[in-house]
Amino acid sequence: MDIYLLETIINGILLGGVLALLALGLNLIFGVIDVVWIAYADIVMCGMYLIYYLNAELHWPLLLACSVAIAWVAALGVLVHVLIIAPILGSAPINQLLATGGLLFFLQSFATLLFGTDFRNIGVRLPIIRLSGIYISSARLLAFAVAVAGAIALYFFLKRTFIGTAIRAIAQDRDIVGLMGVDQRHIYLVTSAIGGALAGLAACLLILQYDVHPFIGNTFGPLIFMICVLGGLGDMIGGFVAAFVMSQIISIGGFYFSTELSYVFAFTFFIVLMFLRPRGVFSR
Amino acid sequence: MTGRHAMFAGLAVVLLALPHFVPPYFMHLLIQILIWGFVYTAWSIMGRFGFVSLGHGAFMGVGAYVPALLWNYAGLTPWVGIPLGMALSVLLGLVVGYPCFRLKVVGHYFALVTLALSQVVMLSIVAARDVTGGSLGFTPKAVGHSWFALQFPEKVYFYAISLALWLTGLAVWHWIDRGIGREALDAIAEDEEAAASIGINVIGEKLRVTLISAALTALGGAIYGQYMMYLNPETVSGIAVSLQIVFAAIVGGTYAAIGPTIGALLTISLNEGLRVAFGTNFIGAANTIYGILLILFIIFMPRGIVGMIEDTFKRRWRGKTASTA
Repeated sequence: MDIYLLETIINGILLGGVLALLALGLNLIFGVIDVVWIAYADIVMCGMYLIYYLNAELHWPLLLACSVAIAWVAALGVLVHVLIIAPILGSAPINQLLATGGLLFFLQSFATLLFGTDFRNIGVRLPIIRLSGIYISSARLLAFAVAVAGAIALYFFLKRTFIGTAIRAIAQDRDIVGLMGVDQRHIYLVTSAIGGALAGLAACLLILQYDVHPFIGNTFGPLIFMICVLGGLGDMIGGFVAAFVMSQIISIGGFYFSTELSYVFAFTFFIVLMFLRPRGVFSR
Repeated sequence: MTGRHAMFAGLAVVLLALPHFVPPYFMHLLIQILIWGFVYTAWSIMGRFGFVSLGHGAFMGVGAYVPALLWNYAGLTPWVGIPLGMALSVLLGLVVGYPCFRLKVVGHYFALVTLALSQVVMLSIVAARDVTGGSLGFTPKAVGHSWFALQFPEKVYFYAISLALWLTGLAVWHWIDRGIGREALDAIAEDEEAAASIGINVIGEKLRVTLISAALTALGGAIYGQYMMYLNPETVSGIAVSLQIVFAAIVGGTYAAIGPTIGALLTISLNEGLRVAFGTNFIGAANTIYGILLILFIIFMPRGIVGMIEDTFKRRWRGKTASTA
């Protein structure tokens, strides 16, 4: 096999890790609260800017900046729920989607106001690993490892703790859960916080690889909704697999054609699959 | 009823007389409001029945690019190019709409499938950069004043065209509103299964409004391109335009014919007003406020401005009849 193609495939797998992490967070919110946060990728952008600001301008150590960012984005997740989603929880689902669409405009313009449209990075460049002719960025390798670890931690949290069980139960039947003595509002807050924290974690991993700018959310935002839906609602493992399928389409498509065309393939693939398997690819 | 006719006649006189008084800058805004008002009306033809499409950027992009490309590369007049773009847009609506309605892809899922469609069109335009100019945009060849090329440097021509366009949009909206399918569409919006069970052709009715909406949106895109004489994939297609269309229509209100136009009037004047107020010192300030307003609108006025005004009037009217009784 062509060594460059192999490199492309490996890079695709590594990209898939971060996408999977984002899709997991979105899937959790989608599955539990039944809301699509159109602005999810822009919340990630907020986390990236905070890390940039703390690390590059205030010279905080990177790890400290990342921890603060995760906590801050988790808090942002709770704020989004309390201020935007909760007041209209009873209205048509599409209104909730549109309200977070307003948030998308707000976050992108507010970031422009604060930081301008320049591309910014924290100036940390992790070494490139060379492995028998293949070059692998260690930032991506690290991102992949952390994303997988985060996904596994989330899996055990949902399976082994009481609150995790309640979250899974609410995704299955939100009316019955109330009868079992679970406070829905409390669960929604916890879910939003976890969704936010996952976005914060993704921000830490992305800032190591990409420059941050106000519209970075537009580049991968639509993609993670597609992954989330492809994997099937509330299906964590399905979402995980879908992330790797999409990242391979994008990597290999980008290798043979161009980046834009590879996204065209990915979105077309999504539309076609929605018609073939409307309830998610891995649904039974 | 005569009062209403007089009001319309008065409005017509004002609209026709406007170009004689208004300076070019406001003329430019007015044309934009009319064209975008038309596009938002086209969206609301299907959107008001709860079929929320985030894919209208796709129809607009196709409608804008097809005639411009045919004009530049084949010398084909927009009089042929625009119908071709509309036809292609309808085909696109059919290819995505039919399976969606057949397989009952609704709500969030419908929104996301159509969102993917608008991204496909935008990214295809960017990817075909050798032909379309990609992200740098595309400029139709200018030939000065020409009916054949549908190019007019004087604003008054486009004012007339966009006025006619806007009235066409309102007419189609009314035609569907008064048409026999209206009740069927309301029933579908309420409950698809129940509508199908009483013999309503759910797929057919949904497809009908979708295709009409797609064709009109493409027409709006084409006229926008002819007027601006510059196309950019980001400004005529993709997620940003799709969301812009949905927001403006909802802010105005999709329950009355005039609603989406009010949305266009409000969002464009707000944007311009904030831009003038803040200048270029605070890039993003205008849109920051715009974003907050959108969120507030959807939380507090989901029926839009027109819906809110209607509600207030109805309440007052009801109050009066109650007190006299």
